[in-house]
Amino acid sequence: MTKIEEYASPVENQWCPGCPNYGILTALKRALAGLDLAPHRVCLVSGIGQAAKLPHYLKANVFNGLHGRAIPAAIGIHVAHPELKTIVSSGDGDLYGEGGNHLLHALRRNPDITVIVHNNRIYALTKGQASPTTPRGERTRLQFGGVEADPTQMLATAIVHGCTFVARGFAGDIDGLSDTLARAIGHRGLSLVDVIQPCITWGHHPVDWYRERVVPIAEEHDPTDRGAAIGLAIDVGDRFPIGVLYELPPAPTFAASYRERVGDGPMVDLPRIDRSVVEQHLDRLIVSP
Amino acid sequence: MDRSLFVTGAAGEGIQTIGDVVARCFLRHGYPVFVSQEFESRIRGGHSSVRIRVADSPRNAPRADADVLLALNPSAEAHYADAVCADGLTISPQSLTAEANHLGVPFVPLATTHGGREVYANAVAAGSLCAAVGLPFAVLEAVLGETFEKRGDAVVRANVDSARAGFDEAADQLANEKTEIPPRRDMTYAFASAHGTIPLAAAAAGCRFIAAYPMSPSTGIITAFARHPELGVFAEQAEDEIAAINMTLGASAAGARAMTATSGGGFALMAEGLSLAGMIETPIVIVVAQRPGPATGLPTRTAQEDLLFAIRAGHGEFPRVVLAPSDPQDAIDLTIRAFDLADRHQVPAILLTDQFLADSSFSLDRLELPVEIPADHLADPTEMDTYARYAPSDGGASPRLAFGQGGHTVVLDSDEHTPEGHITEDLKAVRPRAVEKRLEKLRRLRSEIRPPIADRTDDAELILVGWGSTKHAIAEAVDLLRADGRKVGSVHFAELWPLPKVGPPAAKHTWTVEGNATGQLAQLLRGELGWPIDKTIGRWDGLPIDARFLVQHLTEKTP
Repeated sequence: MTKIEEYASPVENQWCPGCPNYGILTALKRALAGLDLAPHRVCLVSGIGQAAKLPHYLKANVFNGLHGRAIPAAIGIHVAHPELKTIVSSGDGDLYGEGGNHLLHALRRNPDITVIVHNNRIYALTKGQASPTTPRGERTRLQFGGVEADPTQMLATAIVHGCTFVARGFAGDIDGLSDTLARAIGHRGLSLVDVIQPCITWGHHPVDWYRERVVPIAEEHDPTDRGAAIGLAIDVGDRFPIGVLYELPPAPTFAASYRERVGDGPMVDLPRIDRSVVEQHLDRLIVSP
Repeated sequence: MDRSLFVTGAAGEGIQTIGDVVARCFLRHGYPVFVSQEFESRIRGGHSSVRIRVADSPRNAPRADADVLLALNPSAEAHYADAVCADGLTISPQSLTAEANHLGVPFVPLATTHGGREVYANAVAAGSLCAAVGLPFAVLEAVLGETFEKRGDAVVRANVDSARAGFDEAADQLANEKTEIPPRRDMTYAFASAHGTIPLAAAAAGCRFIAAYPMSPSTGIITAFARHPELGVFAEQAEDEIAAINMTLGASAAGARAMTATSGGGFALMAEGLSLAGMIETPIVIVVAQRPGPATGLPTRTAQEDLLFAIRAGHGEFPRVVLAPSDPQDAIDLTIRAFDLADRHQVPAILLTDQFLADSSFSLDRLELPVEIPADHLADPTEMDTYARYAPSDGGASPRLAFGQGGHTVVLDSDEHTPEGHITEDLKAVRPRAVEKRLEKLRRLRSEIRPPIADRTDDAELILVGWGSTKHAIAEAVDLLRADGRKVGSVHFAELWPLPKVGPPAAKHTWTVEGNATGQLAQLLRGELGWPIDKTIGRWDGLPIDARFLVQHLTEKTP
């Protein structure tokens, strides 16, 4: 078994003391240990923002790329090395705002990756502007008169697109979150977990305000019921059902046909195609009388 | 022999098929052809041309004038009339007139009569063109047979019958002025486009991954991989160019040789990703197929406007390689070189092509892969106990492991990072060394980059300096000017960045020749190498530079 200590990173943590991001970090370590995934078998991918620093605080392979572009990088990694557990961990501004288009198209492709969204409903690292999930009317350090747009509904969008694993978690509930993350990472295909992560510096409400408003999803909920799942997924602003909203049996994953044709392992282990394959093409370009 | 034939019509009217059939007829007859294309950004209508140049030996450069103009409709005839040489011939569907140098061939009526359907009008047209240039009908019959073989005997028959009708009609009208028939020769040529050979060379170089967003004139690159699964390259149409380059970087970081392809506008979207490649020192190859800008510009026309953009794109300071092929063989060699330089120096490598190069087919004596194709340069994970991705290393490039190799973890970060790859703000010990490490690769690259190719410069009083796709047009211009007693030579840059450290040529005058309005190569040569460039012959109307364009320019403005 892989022990939690094996994920220890020597990097100094830059998060605010007491930030619920620590809860997500702990829950992720527990989930990985529970799945017995040694650090070298995991690839953490992130964009930019406080949440996107998480990969530095957990020993694993890391691709800490550009703001908003974690998902396309993760897709490339997944295609080139399908045996790695590729996990995107970034913020709501990064994944729903700057990179929203990539998430939308990832839902169509169904790569075998997990996307963890640290949803603090604010741009924290840039000091307090609205994010795509900030509630309408909320005043920010840029939207001084209040946000004049509705929050994105990405979890509902994911369900509409047939994402086969959609969940909401709460950073203040480490036990529940680590279970949800373990299920998401173990699921074959794209799994999306939106984690309520109250911002203790720029947010409008303290952690306890959220704690009073998160509600575990009832056991009677049928996670294959798309309508019910969408109902639970809609962000109404002050009530947050947590747990697995929607789960379907795995669907064909991205690049499956290529793997069937060319080989199942990492691309780095594939031998080069024989030069004769190319030379046959070049020969076909010759025109003789 | 040096004949130029224009096949012209509207988009969707079938000029490409006619052009391809007639070009193959010449090749089957033992003569090299050069085929270029000029068209509008639309699906139907407008004016477009396929230009076939046939010569005794390969003349892989365009001609702007036509010895024979085949116009499929009256609008095309009017549009391209100016291009016809003084003693040139026009073939069009207009009824026979008394006018000399004009053949009126009723394409559609002949197709209906002899092929049974209007759609065979193109075969009639091809037949008339073959007769006009003196090709034997048997050659056309054979090529039509090959071209339509898969569609069945009836289709082949209808094409051949229709072509025969067009051939006979043109031959009848030409009765008194038969064109000289070039004798059949036993010569063999490789007939290819540079965008046709780039994907093949990439596959041979070990490329396994391409992500790209469709954009003229680059789309043929990813399409070739999708059409030929035997090349073993995973091809994904990304949602945008930003996704394309980030997918490519992800795949490369995970151990696949990876590439993308785009044009100027898409490359603009990739600029941040290019900078990321520089920062995380992850090799990728990017084909940038130029077209005229700014913005959407002229999507289907040609230009060399993105040289400085390719060299300067991306924020921050980081090394890259820029190579510019001139023909299909050059494209093979430089594609393989791009993958190798990118991999060994852990930098992005850009292949700078253009619409002219993308859409032109060349005849070459041979087309071949290099004997040695360099292997990958990933490190051996069993040789190290601990691993730091950016460990200080001679030459700047550290031993590179991909994600998941051995039992190691690999950390890549777009932030400034420690040798272990982790985010840092250590401005004393880490940042200065990290910058120097990355830029050391530029110095190493510069020592490896190949000098430009000089042609007939020894006694030259004027040297024309060009890069990329203009190589063959400039060589032809030098031929023409030398034949006229002018002491002219040329210097061609195929490897443009880092610029090789070479002194200026020892000629009285040095001019650049470029498909842009601001003399981008001249700016580089002056600024980076201190070359005294007197002048630039530029072209920015969207059409390729041809030899006559240069000769005319030099005749008017003798230095």
